[in-house]
Amino acid sequence: MRVHIDQEKCCGAGSCVLSAPEVFDQREEDGIVVLLDAEPPAGLHEAVHEAAAICPAAAISVEQVEQLDQAERVERV
Amino acid sequence: MTTAERTEAERNTGSTGPSEDLAPLSPLAVPAARADGCPFDPAPGVERARREEPVTRATLWDGSTCWLVTRHQDVREVLGDPRFSADAARPGFPFLTAGGRELATSKPTFIRQDDPEHARLRRMLTADFMVKKMEAMRPEVQRLADDLLDRMTAGRNAADLVAEFALPLPSLVICLLLGVPYDDHEFFQDRSRLLLSLRSTAEEVRTAQADLQRYLSRLAAAKQREPDDGIVSRLVARGELDFEEIASMGRLLLIAGHETTANMTALSTLALLRNPGQLARLREDPSLIKGAVEELLRYLTIVHNGLPRVATEDVTLGGRTIRAGEGVLCTLNSANRDEGVFPGGDALDVGRDARRHVAFGFGVHQCLGQPLARVELQIAVETLLRRLPDLRLDIPFEDVPFRHDMGIYGVHALPVAW
Repeated sequence: MRVHIDQEKCCGAGSCVLSAPEVFDQREEDGIVVLLDAEPPAGLHEAVHEAAAICPAAAISVEQVEQLDQAERVERV
Repeated sequence: MTTAERTEAERNTGSTGPSEDLAPLSPLAVPAARADGCPFDPAPGVERARREEPVTRATLWDGSTCWLVTRHQDVREVLGDPRFSADAARPGFPFLTAGGRELATSKPTFIRQDDPEHARLRRMLTADFMVKKMEAMRPEVQRLADDLLDRMTAGRNAADLVAEFALPLPSLVICLLLGVPYDDHEFFQDRSRLLLSLRSTAEEVRTAQADLQRYLSRLAAAKQREPDDGIVSRLVARGELDFEEIASMGRLLLIAGHETTANMTALSTLALLRNPGQLARLREDPSLIKGAVEELLRYLTIVHNGLPRVATEDVTLGGRTIRAGEGVLCTLNSANRDEGVFPGGDALDVGRDARRHVAFGFGVHQCLGQPLARVELQIAVETLLRRLPDLRLDIPFEDVPFRHDMGIYGVHALPVAW
């Protein structure tokens, strides 16, 4: 899993921090989302998906790295 | 309807005219009344709309019409889509009352503005409500909760929970955060009530709004002379806003800070007392409190008449075309009962994973103060249940004065005994 955040979109509601505090934090000066771990371990995937689903500003997106690898392989073939 | 109201209705209907594909159901009048004996449930008409016609037409107080959006997914789509504007000055924006229109248009705050202006102003406050800072306030909120309960229970076994606990707790906290003297609480609570009452006239709202504005503007001037570490003082120190703008922002925070958590606390207590099985589960396992608060937010959804928006372009939603200039009301309470997302959603279940609720709204306008609300609610409910094991309602349930007449749902008073 690869996590992406868009700080421009973030409205600082903080729900991601509650769902997955190991992966998301907020910037001291303005409360905007900070990514702590862009490739979190499998045990956190569900929490990250939840954080992306409840993010009110759609500032979090999740990429499945396995699928990406496969797509890259197909491209190479 | 008077002539003036009729003219108003015509203006609000907008110049674009009605959509060609009006719903076959007769339009629902909103705010719709809840069913007798079911004060925790959304109005039957709204529930029916969600099941049968999830994007439907509704009629407002002045005879104008808007769209009513009732399903979880559709509500999230509207609130997350910048083609639906929160700018109350746009023609077609739906208002629930004349007072509501006065409140939203006379001195709009960022909740009634769109990006980029909304984001610019909101971001001046996001640091003040971030999760870490609110979590750090737990000891202070706990101390305030304990003090209030000490006072409430001293030599007595009955009290009004709203007046003595549910309202003073968030009031004290928001005053502390803003740097507003709590001694003036009767003044703001009175104005706050007027601003949120669906019965207030435009004139009453105008006066209450002006009173608060004057008070906060003077406070901002005082903070310039004598700064402290409250939010009002810090907004003054930034030097980007004038006193009137700071007063508008302060007014929004003060009202939101007072009324929302207060009503959630009292209504949550009542809902738990009415669901003794759930109450017992929570008492047996206090570690459920965080999830239980999310479930109470979902089940009770105190922003009960919905969030207003107006379309800026033609948008297709749930098979309907919403035309540019048409108003939309997103009913959060019906979205939070959507069976597709919350199976058995009409029941309170403190063990449910309710995190996808939209009780704080959705999209960029989602409640700024939610990390504070969560801390306050978790502490308020946990402390109350722990300290008062014999807590019970002190009047017949039928006599509880529910806030059907207010923009924020809840109870006007909650007589309890222990």
